[in-house]
Amino acid sequence: MASVNRPNKQQNHPLDDLIRKDRIPHIWCPGCGIGTIFASCLTAIKECVATGKNGFDLDKFVMVSGIGCSGRAAGYVKLDSFHTTHGRAIPFATGLKLANRDLNVIVFSGDGDLFAIGGNHFIHAARRNINITVICVNNLNYGMTGGQVAATTPYNAKTTTTPAGNAENPFSLPLLAYASGATYVARWTMLHTRDLTVSINEALSKKGFSFIEVLSPCPVNYGRRNKEKPLETLKLYQEKSIIKNGADPSELDIDMEKGIILGKFVDIDKPTHSEKYDKLYRIE
Amino acid sequence: MEFWRIPFDANEIDITLGEVYILDDRCKGCGYCIEFCPRQVLQISDKFNKKGYHPPVVVNPESCVNCHYCEVICAEFAIYSVEAVSCPNKN
Repeated sequence: MASVNRPNKQQNHPLDDLIRKDRIPHIWCPGCGIGTIFASCLTAIKECVATGKNGFDLDKFVMVSGIGCSGRAAGYVKLDSFHTTHGRAIPFATGLKLANRDLNVIVFSGDGDLFAIGGNHFIHAARRNINITVICVNNLNYGMTGGQVAATTPYNAKTTTTPAGNAENPFSLPLLAYASGATYVARWTMLHTRDLTVSINEALSKKGFSFIEVLSPCPVNYGRRNKEKPLETLKLYQEKSIIKNGADPSELDIDMEKGIILGKFVDIDKPTHSEKYDKLYRIE
Repeated sequence: MEFWRIPFDANEIDITLGEVYILDDRCKGCGYCIEFCPRQVLQISDKFNKKGYHPPVVVNPESCVNCHYCEVICAEFAIYSVEAVSCPNKN
């Protein structure tokens, strides 16, 4: 065995400079994936700033989030952040971006906030191609309010309000984003953390509306009612996920029997809202 | 590590060594780092932290190759690894 020089004990986590340490430990339950996704987002921001390309600057990053468990992220990040009203994270982000085009605006929120109450804002921001990055933590239910059925709950899943199973069909979020005109669409799970970090990094550098869906376990509300322990959910992600970049957006339903398709589905270039606006109204 | 076929340059390659640090009081005992460590470095401990969870403990320090996976999967910012500098004249 090689002899090893132990470095002096370093007491700081590498991301400690980007989180509000006085707020840690955060409110997220043991086994919840939001913390991992949040850490991955911070790592991506740090990597972007470290490369120095596109003039990335920590002072120019803004994190906007709505209401819900994942909405708490804005309160834990040591950057400019904004915790907005329910479902209105994207409108606030749009306003920020329109008022100050130098900002890199990240919307970090949950599926209930972005696709149920904020569904219209999402499709219209994608239609306008506002230059923001949207990270959606999809835990398949309304976690914070007690596990009610959401717009993303799979067919036949048990929740507080559907004790015999959900009779409705869920949204396919990447399909919705693609159909509305997003320029970058990807889906990962919280287990594929490194791919997720790379993907967030790409989305931040991407000009136009970027959307990343991240599947995350909700052990307390969703997992408990559907007999899935958090580690079992992660094992399911490991066994059932199929990485298929460039897959057809119409085949991306979340079906654990068939397997969940992950990857980067859309990466196209389109003029952003500001560019089109300038062409008509700010003629030099 | 056991190789099925030994690479020609196996003797020349320096495998990185890592050292894992655990911030006990941030841990919520989800066990992801223990389960997904590729080298089985960690194990759940019997001790309690401030909040009453069982944080992981390093049981196999010389196996760590500094892959940082525990660091990226941890939702609590409670575990990280740094590179341990190995002596150049190892045998």
